[in-house]
Amino acid sequence: MTDNQTQADSKTHPGNKVSLLKDLLKLLPKDAVLHEEEDLHPYECDGLSAYRHLPMIVVLPDTVDQVQAVLRLCYESEVPVVARGAGTGLSGGALPLDNGVLLSLAKFKDILHIDPKRRIARVQPGVRNLAISQAVDQYGLYYAPDPSSQIACTIGGNVAENSGGVHCLKYGLTVHNIQQLKILTIEGELLTIGGSGLDSAGYDLLALMTGSEGMLGVIVEVTVKLLPKPERAQVILAAFDNVVKAGEAVGNIIAAGIIPAGLEMMDKLAISAAEDFVHAGYPLDAEAILLCELDGTNEEVSEHVARVREVLQQSGATEVRTAKDEAERQTFWKGRKAAFPAVGRLAPDYYCMDGTIPRKQLPRVLEAMAELSKEYNLPVANVFHAGDGNLHPLILYDANIPGELERTEEFGGKILEFCVEVGGTITGEHGVGIEKINQMCVQFNPLELTQFHAVKAAFDAENLLNPGKAVPTLHRCAEFGAMHVHKGKLPFPELERF
Amino acid sequence: MMKENIIEAGMNTDISLQLQQRVQQAYEDKVALQIIGGNSKAFYGYAIQAETLSLAEHRGVLSYEPTELVITVRSGTTLKEIEALLDQHGQMLPFEPAAFNEAATIGGTIACNLSGPRRAYAGAARDYLLGCKIINGKGEILTFGGEVMKNVAGYDVSRLMAGAMGTLGVLLEVSLKVLPKAEAEMTRLLSCSVNEAIEKMHAWSQTPLPISATSFHDSVLSVRLSGATKAVNAAVNHVGGDAMENAEKYWFDVKEQRLDFFNSEKPLWRLSLASDIESLSLEEKADDTFYEWGGALRWLKSELPAETIQARLDELDGHASLFRDAEKLNVFQPLTPALMRIHKNLKNAFDPHNILNPGKLYPEL
Repeated sequence: MTDNQTQADSKTHPGNKVSLLKDLLKLLPKDAVLHEEEDLHPYECDGLSAYRHLPMIVVLPDTVDQVQAVLRLCYESEVPVVARGAGTGLSGGALPLDNGVLLSLAKFKDILHIDPKRRIARVQPGVRNLAISQAVDQYGLYYAPDPSSQIACTIGGNVAENSGGVHCLKYGLTVHNIQQLKILTIEGELLTIGGSGLDSAGYDLLALMTGSEGMLGVIVEVTVKLLPKPERAQVILAAFDNVVKAGEAVGNIIAAGIIPAGLEMMDKLAISAAEDFVHAGYPLDAEAILLCELDGTNEEVSEHVARVREVLQQSGATEVRTAKDEAERQTFWKGRKAAFPAVGRLAPDYYCMDGTIPRKQLPRVLEAMAELSKEYNLPVANVFHAGDGNLHPLILYDANIPGELERTEEFGGKILEFCVEVGGTITGEHGVGIEKINQMCVQFNPLELTQFHAVKAAFDAENLLNPGKAVPTLHRCAEFGAMHVHKGKLPFPELERF
Repeated sequence: MMKENIIEAGMNTDISLQLQQRVQQAYEDKVALQIIGGNSKAFYGYAIQAETLSLAEHRGVLSYEPTELVITVRSGTTLKEIEALLDQHGQMLPFEPAAFNEAATIGGTIACNLSGPRRAYAGAARDYLLGCKIINGKGEILTFGGEVMKNVAGYDVSRLMAGAMGTLGVLLEVSLKVLPKAEAEMTRLLSCSVNEAIEKMHAWSQTPLPISATSFHDSVLSVRLSGATKAVNAAVNHVGGDAMENAEKYWFDVKEQRLDFFNSEKPLWRLSLASDIESLSLEEKADDTFYEWGGALRWLKSELPAETIQARLDELDGHASLFRDAEKLNVFQPLTPALMRIHKNLKNAFDPHNILNPGKLYPEL
């Protein structure tokens, strides 16, 4: 147990559960307060299931007033609060605390208002990402950020993590696609951030809240910006006999002045896994494939398809295929979208990493990964948002083999540290959560981490919102640095580390 | 593969350590500093009295990789120099910032978060800011964000700097996403009433037309189309109207506020609000309003009291800034007490002795 946890622990005294439960039941209906162990289990982890922890109590309010009352109570009682949407996050950001309240926003499922003229939708935080696009489809509009979990993940969680997707290079991340937030502070104060215009007065709190991983406030309403659906989208599949050529082809497309709507790369292991799983027609002899989607008006797409085909051929593609119709376009994408579960079939478990690198560093990073893969004797499949440099190496392992999860995490940590070394970042879109908290010590120096803590204190001086996540304490970094010295061999590997 | 390596700028000086020492000294002595780049936007924000900390000599392009779509520059580098370099590679700053004069620096541009005609269609300065290196109010040099498109490690302190008017940190370096320039560009002119203009701009924005700027004034709606040649040609047919001569100069004059409209003694207000609001109900004359951003930005010449204008914009869920005026009172829309408390806490978190541009954004900060 580390300092972060200890810090959170000190807030709650044993026996507090009983009195807190009594107080919560005054604020919420009985069925909105879960406290029996069997009811708590569904909340013990988010999408990063390697980390599990039972919360002390789960609350499921369904009005903003109730959330406000819960926060006020927790603030007064000095009980930590972890907010949770659909629990699809991949970094353990919603991992509960055994001395804390898990605040589920799952009941906030209403789309409050759609304004097609202003191209915005005002929604509750528990609305699913894809449900927004489905609801506004009738107006020819959609919500652009499309994380791969979009069927299930909620918009509140998307804001908390600044989620991306495959269309970020052209359409941006969550931070570029929201206009207003309503948040509750830990004191239960309602703040409206942003407005009806394209900018707002004062500091850019909208940007600060986006990606703040539930550490600064609880999101209770989101106004998203909507875009007109492109008239046409077309996808090109290109095969390469080596990954470096594929990486260079990406640079060449951009140098030609074209910003594709999506530009994805898969390596040989990912290709064969996807092909086995969904039969997308991928070339199995290729070392890498690129999927390049172009969208816009009919004329624009025609012009760009012709140019991109030419660039790909000049870049040494062994094969270039344009989807002949919408059905084939969907098939090309199906393989990419199913890449994670497809790779998941190759081994009992897989661990998904999320570093971003300057694209020109791809050959160096792939080489380093191949070396590490040999060293740890764990295979890696690579799925890559090539347009924006966001890598998703998938490490294959078996959690039932003692020590293999720990080796996998260590391997993953080294990949992230290498991403930082070549000028990139430890997380492009999944967030730090609990998973990458040690690597934050590599990316940021103590002064920068101290500044982050000061930002947190500006909103939550008592450190009650999601404590112990996203930003490590300096003490923890010192401990991690010391561990690092011993060739990455962690002392007491049997202990849980948060 | 096209290889564009790091480009050395002509004027390239790193004075970050001298700047840091100045801030450290000011922190110890509790002496306020006024951060100045090219001093091209001295008219903007509250006027303050403080020792000058000049960033103009801290200049140079640190890296520019056209195929990575990223440029990293020292904050004193002029917009002119950056834009000329990008232009050589067929790229641009997508937010089309105003310079107001040739000395304007990228640091000042980001600190003010001012964006030009393309903003409604491509995004603001803050949207293209990937990372920055700053000196906080304790004299510490800190780096946030980076040079990659997607980065969610830590709070988004970089974007927090955009529009903070230097009150949270001295910008030393910024990394920006850049984009290719459009292959073709055409501007169409349509004669119509303000209501028709608002209707048209909204109807267009619900379709994937390649619009990159709109303006309305004096019964003329101007719409700029940018993109692939065939797409622009097709859009011209859809939009209708007549071709504008010298369109490039027109949009330059809109951005730089060189049109006759902006040549006035009356206070100039910048109103940011929902794009489909037809009347402000501020006794405004048609001639006194200039529309941009599909209706979401309005320039208003008005002698009404600031309180009246800002109260009305508050009702409209927008905000009003006094952009140019000799008096410089009530420059920015008042914040609610709850938001002001968070603002003060943040100011204190970055600048505990209140030495960085104190009072430039709000008297309380």
